[in-house]
Parts: sequence; structure tokens; C-alpha cells
Amino acid sequence: MPRNEGTTARPARHEIRKPESAVNVQTETAYKYIGKPTPRYDGIAQVTGTNAYVDDIRLPGMLTVKVLRAPVLKANLLNVDVSGAARVRGVAAVISAKDVPGGYYGMYGDQPVLADREIRYKGQVIAAVAAVDQDAALEAVEQIKLDLEELPAVLDPEEAMKPDTPKVRPEGNIWSFDGGPFRKVRLGDVDRGFAEADHIVEGTYTTPMQEQSPMETSCSVAMVESGDQLVIRSLSQSPYLHLRQLSNVLKLPMNKMRLVGGNTGGAFGGRFEIHTDHVAGLLALKTRKPVKWRWTREEETLYSTHRGRWKFYFKDGVKKDGRIVARYVRTLHDTGAYTGMGPYCVEKNAMMVAGPFNIPNIAIDGYCVFTNRTPSGAMRGFGVMAGQVCEEIQMHRMAEILGMDPWEIRFVNAWREGDMTATGKVVDNVGAIECMQAVAKLAGIDLPERLKAMSSREKRG
Amino acid sequence: MKYVLSFTVNGQPMETLAEPTTSLLDVLRDKLEVTSPKRGCESGDCGACTVLVNGKAVPSCLTVALTVAGSEITTVEGLVQDGQLHPLQRAFYEHGATQCGFCTCGMLMAAKALLDRNPSPTRDEIVLGMSGNLCRCGGYVQVMEAIEDVAGRKYEVKAADTRGGK
Repeated sequence: MPRNEGTTARPARHEIRKPESAVNVQTETAYKYIGKPTPRYDGIAQVTGTNAYVDDIRLPGMLTVKVLRAPVLKANLLNVDVSGAARVRGVAAVISAKDVPGGYYGMYGDQPVLADREIRYKGQVIAAVAAVDQDAALEAVEQIKLDLEELPAVLDPEEAMKPDTPKVRPEGNIWSFDGGPFRKVRLGDVDRGFAEADHIVEGTYTTPMQEQSPMETSCSVAMVESGDQLVIRSLSQSPYLHLRQLSNVLKLPMNKMRLVGGNTGGAFGGRFEIHTDHVAGLLALKTRKPVKWRWTREEETLYSTHRGRWKFYFKDGVKKDGRIVARYVRTLHDTGAYTGMGPYCVEKNAMMVAGPFNIPNIAIDGYCVFTNRTPSGAMRGFGVMAGQVCEEIQMHRMAEILGMDPWEIRFVNAWREGDMTATGKVVDNVGAIECMQAVAKLAGIDLPERLKAMSSREKRG
Repeated sequence: MKYVLSFTVNGQPMETLAEPTTSLLDVLRDKLEVTSPKRGCESGDCGACTVLVNGKAVPSCLTVALTVAGSEITTVEGLVQDGQLHPLQRAFYEHGATQCGFCTCGMLMAAKALLDRNPSPTRDEIVLGMSGNLCRCGGYVQVMEAIEDVAGRKYEVKAADTRGGK
């Protein structure tokens, strides 16, 4: 919920201090909602502990799920023997790849629910057990026998791109964008821009993996209602997207499925991918009993989708006065063993990585590369943030090399009304300059008068 | 081997069976269906499972259930009295100190323990008192403001006994 700063209609006994702000906040308003506090519709339930998160749901006869995860990074999966697990007391069902009736899941539909014939990353789910309690489920998981043929794994995306590197996937280690090996963005002519430049500034930057770490770990409760209706209590961020994927995996028409969301203990992009709904659904269909699969924090941290690793190479052509005349960016995104949301993140990154600056010549090559790591996914900005962090470091370095104030180089290049983005969009209603002026004021930095006088509305000379 | 565990939960005497390895969190959630303490990390790091044991805030995931025999446990379910929200609950609600809400119940119990032993904490004392409770949505400011707000009112009522705390 956004904070209702500067409101006047709060109860008097809870006097709220107005934060000091450099930006004028409208304090009086004639509107019904704008500028008025709006309590959360579920706020009372949250402070009384009565809003049920998925793990708070308890149903009679509910079974507990535990899974066997891949012990190695890459292997041929020759055989999965679940017969010992099925004999453990209290076990209701054990499933492996052959029990999945339908196809693959994921935004790009390339990931098996349970590893089939091959293992592509450590922690990939191979088999799942539903049992009366956690102890029985864990004991059964220990009884599952694997026949593996371990293969060399690829962990470095630069390495993965080389032609003689082992294949993470049969079709190769580089995702194809419209038939090409990278997402290609071109504006103007970068070579001509570099020739016009006074300086060429290069930089390579990397960002590591990052886990969303929602407070709640992945959890699903699945049950069969009214004879043939599969109901899944889910913490999905995108229930309709997931309903379609589940329909494909479970071979059930969507009118035989209900995904019930509502209370999610944090997501931050991590709930854009199905983590538990598919296996819980399969086991509910198989046992005809309610089942719950909840991940431990360890599972959540190691095996949920996360912000993948990024590497950027920047080459900028810049004039003495700070104007960037050409920018080339080569982007490398390690999406792990399955696509997750990798290609989508690369697309959004390519759209934004040149920054909020008026650069006449831009070339971007965005690669999405497969390695034997946990699949990456969405996290707060779909790949845009990693690019912006590195792009801003590059701006800072460029200012140092030119002997220029790092504020000034950004002001000089920032979008003005009518400028064009890397993908050819003419911008309107831009406010980068006004935003930087407000930030400087909040940070207690007294900008030079000429920067204070600048405006996004001024015409470029 | 299971042992009989007798204790009080939110004023109600309770009796249940627990193994020496069972955590207080498991007993509360799985046996007694008191679900306001949440399973966040199960390693004492996040504070989402915080409950009061004889008035002291503890992570229930790290507390062996049998060690609280005879103790008085308080959870968020026990904060509402005669249908009235506890001042902390009211303040959290009105300050918008909840977002996804998963950390909220633990936060409320940690805040209650803090104000019970130090009714007028400084901002630093609030920060220290709440340092065992993580919020991933990032709403710490509103939590601090809510606690300060409650502390302010309490201070007026009980000015005489406001010494102590960390």
C-alpha cells in the first residue's frame, strides 16, 4: 500500500509526522480518494492473524509432500525406482516423470514438472511423495533409487557460448531471438558515432544471482472437490498464466480447475513461476485427498527461480562536453538450465539498458545463455535493474575520465521532451532532470546554478 | 517417545503430546491450530514465529516445546480483548505497517514484549528491540512509527513506571 503522505484525514489520536520532502505534496484535496488514507481491505485480518496464508490451511486427512531433488548438476537419468518408497508405512502416492500426463510448464513451456530422462540442474525435482506426515514422506524419499550417468556441467555463461562446450540443452546453449542468437536493438550508426567521438570509454560489469526471499516459502494446498474439480490454494502472482500452464501439465481443461489465490506472503517476482502448484495438483488427483507441499527456507533459497546473473560490456563514444554520441552494449544473461523468464528479461533489459539518455547511435546485443544452474526468473523489474546499475556505474566512470561532475554528465544527456529511446520511441512527459534535481535537494547537494536551471521541457539546441 | 505438555495459550489451559524434538511452533500450528506464528525460516533468523513465553519474546521455531511446560504463551490470537484490538494492532493497521502481512504477527509480539518492559523506548531502543524481526516488503518505517505512537500514549498514562529496558 502506498503511504498516504501529507494527508489530513487521519484520526487525530494517531498524529503522523509528515516526512520532510523536497517535492511539494498536495495536502488539501477536493477528491474523494486522492490524498485520503485508504486502509488495507485486509488490514484488520493481518493484524489479528486471521488471514489464512496457504500454509495456515488445514484440511481433514491432508497429506504432506516431500520430494527427491537432483544430487548433481547434469546427468542422464537412466532409471527412477520408487518401489521401495511406495512400501513405506503412511505413504499414499509416489510419482515420477511417467506419472505426469501432460507437457512442460513455464512461460516458454520448456520445463518438465519432474525430471524426465535427464537432469539439468542440481535440485531439479525428480520424484514426489505424498504421505500422512512429514517423517513418513522423508523416509520414503530416502528409499527412492536413482540410476544416473553424470555428465560435465557448464556453469559460466561465457564458456557456455563457445562452440565446443558441452550442450546444456540439445538445441544449444544460446536462446534464439527471432532466429538470431541475440536480441538486436539498433538506432542510428554506432560506428559513425564512435568515429565522431573525442573519447571511447569501455567497461565490463557483472551482477550476481539474487533470491527474492519472500517471508513465506512456496506452498500449495491441492484437493479434488465435487468429484472432478481440482482446487489449488496457491500463492501465485499470476493465476491465469499459471492456470493455462497447469492445464497443459495436468491434461485437465481449465473449467475442471480452480486456482484460489489471495494471501501471498511476499513475491517480488518469485511467484511468477510455478514452484509447487503442479506437483501438489498431480498428487491430489492421484490420491483424491487434500495435499500440501511447502518448501523449507533452504529449498526456497537454493531452488526457487531468482534474479539470474548478468554481465554487461559497454563501449561509449563521448564528446569533450559530455555528450554521448554512440553506445554499444553486449549483454549476457545466465538464465540457468531452463528459460524461466530469461528471454523476457533480456528483452526488457535491451529496451532499457542504454539509459534515460538522448544517444543518437545505439547498438545492443542481448544474449540469453543456458548453464546448469537453477533457472532464473522475474525479480523486481525483469532484468531492467541489473542493466541500470551497471549503466550508471559506466556513466560515473565516464565522468571521471572526462574530469566532469558526475551530475553534469547525466544532466547533459538526460532525455528532453521529444527525444528518442533506443527502440525508437519518442518520449513525452519525461522528468529525468526534475527527478535528479529533487534527489540532489533531498541528499543535501547544492547543484551548480546551470544544472538547477535545466528542464526536461527545454528544446535541444 | 511422547510426553504430555501442559501449558497456557492465550489464557486457555492446554494439554497436548510432544516429542523432545518438537518445536513450540509445530505444537502451536500443527496441534493447536494457532496459526498466527508463521514458518519463515525455521532457524531463528526472521522472527515471523515470535511468541511471548511468560511475557518474553522468543522465536517459537527454536524453542523446544517441552521446555515451556507450565508457561504462559501469548500469540496474536490473544491480543484482542473483549472484541477490541490491542493498541499495537490498531496502530499497525492505521499506520499501514502491514504489507504482505506475513511478518506482522511476529512483529506485533516483539513490539508488545518491548513496550511491556520499556513503555517509552527511544527510536534506537525500538530499532534494537525489533532487530530480530525481518520484513521483506520493506515497511520498517511505518512499524517504527506505529510503535512510537503507542509508546507515546502509554507514556502519558504510566509515566511513573517507564524506567528499564535495554
